[in-house]
Amino acid sequence: MEPVLCVRAIEKTFSGADGACPALAGISFDIAPREIVCLMGPSGCGKSTLLRIIAGLDYADRGSLHMATDNNGGTARTAMVFQEHALFPWLSVYDNIVYGLRLSAQRVPEDEVARRAEALLALTRLSGFSRSLPHQLSGGMKQRAAVARALAGEPPVVLMDEPFSALDPFTRRELEDEVLRIRSDLKTTFLIVSHNPEEAVYLADRIIVLSPRPARVAAEIPVRLPFPRNPADPAFLKIREEVTRAVLGAE
Amino acid sequence: MVLISRPALRDCGKGLFLIVLLLAVWEAAALVIQNNYILPQIGDIFAVLFQPAAPVLGGPSMIENATVSLREVLTGFGCAALLAIPLGLVIGSSREVGTYLNPAIQILRPVPPIAWMPFAIAWFGIGFHSILFIIAMGAFFPILINTVDGVQGVRRSWVEVAGMFHATTFERFRTVILPGALPMIWTGLRVSFGVAWMCVVAAEMLPGTTAGLGFLIMYAYNLGQLQVIGAGMIVIGLIGLFADTLFRAGQERFFSWQGRD
Repeated sequence: MEPVLCVRAIEKTFSGADGACPALAGISFDIAPREIVCLMGPSGCGKSTLLRIIAGLDYADRGSLHMATDNNGGTARTAMVFQEHALFPWLSVYDNIVYGLRLSAQRVPEDEVARRAEALLALTRLSGFSRSLPHQLSGGMKQRAAVARALAGEPPVVLMDEPFSALDPFTRRELEDEVLRIRSDLKTTFLIVSHNPEEAVYLADRIIVLSPRPARVAAEIPVRLPFPRNPADPAFLKIREEVTRAVLGAE
Repeated sequence: MVLISRPALRDCGKGLFLIVLLLAVWEAAALVIQNNYILPQIGDIFAVLFQPAAPVLGGPSMIENATVSLREVLTGFGCAALLAIPLGLVIGSSREVGTYLNPAIQILRPVPPIAWMPFAIAWFGIGFHSILFIIAMGAFFPILINTVDGVQGVRRSWVEVAGMFHATTFERFRTVILPGALPMIWTGLRVSFGVAWMCVVAAEMLPGTTAGLGFLIMYAYNLGQLQVIGAGMIVIGLIGLFADTLFRAGQERFFSWQGRD
């Protein structure tokens, strides 16, 4: 199947006070449609930088990114879910979710905006809270709203930068299940930066482990377990251990 | 819209306690001293307050004086806001512009507005326009500084969300920078209104004015009518309190999200 995202030989060097600091040293991988890929690696290895480059929030010095075109043949846009939801606190949940759709870059007609918003509110179980302000919601609900906002533009890939690390373990598991449900409902592709081996094995079809700076792809670990996965299952634990060792080995 | 909630009303009661106590101490002292040129009795002060439409000391009534001052404050404050908010938005958004303007701003800012009075009189003549200039000078900087801080305090991640959705520069400004900075701008307006009110009283004390609360206080001082000064001070305080209550209510109503995530 045609990959939805091709990352080719991405290089990035930061110029700091004490000279050049290479962050990414030629990173390449593909992501297939409907795939969930987790990006792991020692902290500070440049996972977030890579994600920001893919999101268009930062620039690569070298290398290329190819993204599948969207249904209308236009340039596809990724959407990102930040670690700290980054909802606009002065907008209602509804207005936050449709924020991108109302900008001139998308200019979605208002009835279509409403249709998508209703669907996303239902999908993320926020229908009763469309008029609430973000500070009136729990942490998990805020992050669900942020996921809905990212999904609103129907992006080919949803990028997530440690999206659930600020949540308690129970809410976290709930949100992880939500991601799996969204993938099967909407056929969305996810690229998720994670620090947590259990989360990665619970969610991912494939785990890409990066080496410390300057980052390269150190390992690619496929997770061939059926969904829903059981974290107490020996096969699960075995892969989790393999992932942990890969990340530590990369260090 | 309810301006004052029930708990706020209870807090009002607590605050009133000290006021009553202060008035009682004042009155006791006045009764002991028995000298209107040192400490007028509360009753005399209230006698002035309770006839707000009557001429005071043969001049304009309390209401007329208050109206004159209020009109000056609102005009000067409005001019300052019209200049300071756009300028603050520009300085806050552009480090480059800030580098050019900041030194001049930081030098002018600590100058007490009233120090400009001789210049104001030389440029605008005695009266309304000079007073406006003084008020605008005083009101300008709190609005400017708070607007700059507000823009610079807009979270990076909010701006990035706009970037992620390919917002144009103008859209980013309209949908993120401005709403994100608005609570601080509002705080600036609130602080500046208080400053403007202090400026008007000081400016009106200068010779040549014929009405206003500052004029009234100075006029009463020349005639040794301390109970009128007391009454003027109370009116100034009450108007200030009322304005501040309005600003606070606006803050509660529109910016309840501030500082909460």
